[in-house]
Amino acid sequence: MTKKPKIAIFKFTGCAGCQLEILHLEEIFLDLLELFDISYWVMVKRKNDEKEWDISLVEGGISTPEEIEEIKQIRKKTKLLVAFGDCAIGGCIPSIRNWIPQMETEVQVYPDTSLIHSMKVSGIGEYVKVDTILKGCPPHRETIVEFLKSILLKIKPRLKHHPVCVECKFRDNACLITSKKMACMGPVTSAGCGAICPSLGRECEGCFGPMSNPNSSALASIFRDIGLSDIDIQRKFRKYSGMSPEFKKEAGY
Amino acid sequence: MGETTINVNYLARVEGRGALNISISKDGRVEDLQFRIYEPPRFFESFLIGRKYYEIMELASRICGICPVAHQITALRAIENALGIEPSQQTKDLRKLMAISAHIQSNVLSMYFLSLPDLMGYESVIEMAKDHLELVKRGLKLKKLGNDITDIVGGRAVHPVNAVVNGFTALPRHDKMQSIRKRLVEAKQDAYNTVDLFSKLEIPDFNRNCEHMAISDKKEYAINHGRFKSTEGLDIDEMNYRDYIIEKQVFYSTALHSQVKNRGSFMVGPLPRVNINNGQLSSDARDAMKRSGVKFPNYNPFVSHLARAIELIHNLDESIEIIDRIPLKEESRDFLCKAGFGAAITEAPRGSLYHSYEIDNNGVIRKADLVPPTAHNAYNIEKDMNEFIKTILNLPKDEMILKCEMLIRAYDPCISCSTH
Repeated sequence: MTKKPKIAIFKFTGCAGCQLEILHLEEIFLDLLELFDISYWVMVKRKNDEKEWDISLVEGGISTPEEIEEIKQIRKKTKLLVAFGDCAIGGCIPSIRNWIPQMETEVQVYPDTSLIHSMKVSGIGEYVKVDTILKGCPPHRETIVEFLKSILLKIKPRLKHHPVCVECKFRDNACLITSKKMACMGPVTSAGCGAICPSLGRECEGCFGPMSNPNSSALASIFRDIGLSDIDIQRKFRKYSGMSPEFKKEAGY
Repeated sequence: MGETTINVNYLARVEGRGALNISISKDGRVEDLQFRIYEPPRFFESFLIGRKYYEIMELASRICGICPVAHQITALRAIENALGIEPSQQTKDLRKLMAISAHIQSNVLSMYFLSLPDLMGYESVIEMAKDHLELVKRGLKLKKLGNDITDIVGGRAVHPVNAVVNGFTALPRHDKMQSIRKRLVEAKQDAYNTVDLFSKLEIPDFNRNCEHMAISDKKEYAINHGRFKSTEGLDIDEMNYRDYIIEKQVFYSTALHSQVKNRGSFMVGPLPRVNINNGQLSSDARDAMKRSGVKFPNYNPFVSHLARAIELIHNLDESIEIIDRIPLKEESRDFLCKAGFGAAITEAPRGSLYHSYEIDNNGVIRKADLVPPTAHNAYNIEKDMNEFIKTILNLPKDEMILKCEMLIRAYDPCISCSTH
């Protein structure tokens, strides 16, 4: 048998929800252990191998000087570096604070801010070259499995670039924008979730980040037509991916 | 005996980034002890300001990937308290089912995946699976049950989507609820075996009489509603939390330390819950508690594992009860938005979780105050450690370090939460 690919799983500024999705692959978790050598995963293992890794799954954004150094070290020791989830891609929900002056943010929480070494949060791609991104807050388990399979088969993973709207069509959902005048982010948001929210009567909030080449300004103008104020539109885009090139104009960057 | 120092710079098998540094003098005095949480702060209390009230459960969910449900429900209840909304019994029941499912998932994760390897002598569940496959399979199966219930009720297991202010955007399907019911019944034996397992495994004999706290309700095992009570006589309404509980910043931690005003540290979590509310456990859970041979109320933090296992039985029982009584009928979610202040305390898997918000006339958040369970516990973990370390000074250093880590893991800290 060929050598098992060595995987490392890291957490930066985030909530651990992405790496937890790997543990949540309950039915195939034991198979994964057969196929991969998970050599670094501090949330699960006490003995961690810090040598080199074939794949590093990095969860979380970068928000401290120490994290910049760490991600650079990880890059050096990794063949395939994966931005695993929205935080690692572009900071995700915590990036909402990037619009607030840093000092104002810190005094809101800490009496003595001199002890806090924090900066605006960004994706890991700001500091190192990223080889693959797995979108989502959190990424869908099927996407994770698709990615892991592609590693074993040594092929390019089939990751989705189309909008959530396509998944709504597959599920025969009535469009929430046209039928209910709801401010759905589906038309600009990457597919991959299976249109969970629209299928449950809730508008898409954009937690899989921008699709490839979205028309954000057109959607913003539709939101204006259905009655959203400029600041409400800004809130819509300034959420999971406010800093992304695709959304930042509408997010007010 | 020479001077001893313990430095664990990245604690394993806990969520988030924390360290433990202890130095002990030659005569066995603890000179310095820091449960050093260096998780980068995300400043939720800052950026939630300016957001709309109906976004908060979605945003607050992202505080934690392991206990998103607890943050969602606490945020929703605090917002509803501010807006003067009393949700229907069905909404309360569905939320409780969702909260319980998250407890099943998170507590099974803590027991089987994060702490059991210590008690069985393995570095991780991955190593443990090589010798104890059936045990790991049992853990995975129980955890999956919790996740699947969250998925069916909340739309997604991690960061659920359809619990909103005053209700749900969609109700779970009847057939899916019935298939879950069947699995809950079947899981009962696994839960008994879990209690059996954790009552037999050897844990350190360490007791420290500290104040235990949990929300409490006469009629049910309190998870989403209740008065905040302690073993030292505290008995408060969630809206008055800040009159009694304060937070202090310590220089080595990005998580603030909580304490009872003019008193000191306290413990929250499964052990305080079982200590304070065992009268409300299901009869099967109470029987299992008695059969375990461990006495409650109990003040050994390592008994937290067993408390989780006892709760697991109760959680299965109560989930079945809720599924059996819930009508699953469409309800109106209409309400009026107005300015106000609202607070809520719930029991997250790791213990009491506090959220409060001030909302203005336009439904915009003007102030947010959040205290997760591990922020409640951080100071108490240090107090425990300070006593515990003195009892294990004769051990070889490796074992001493492992035992210290085990104490921290007994609390199952969620470090990202604690800093938030």
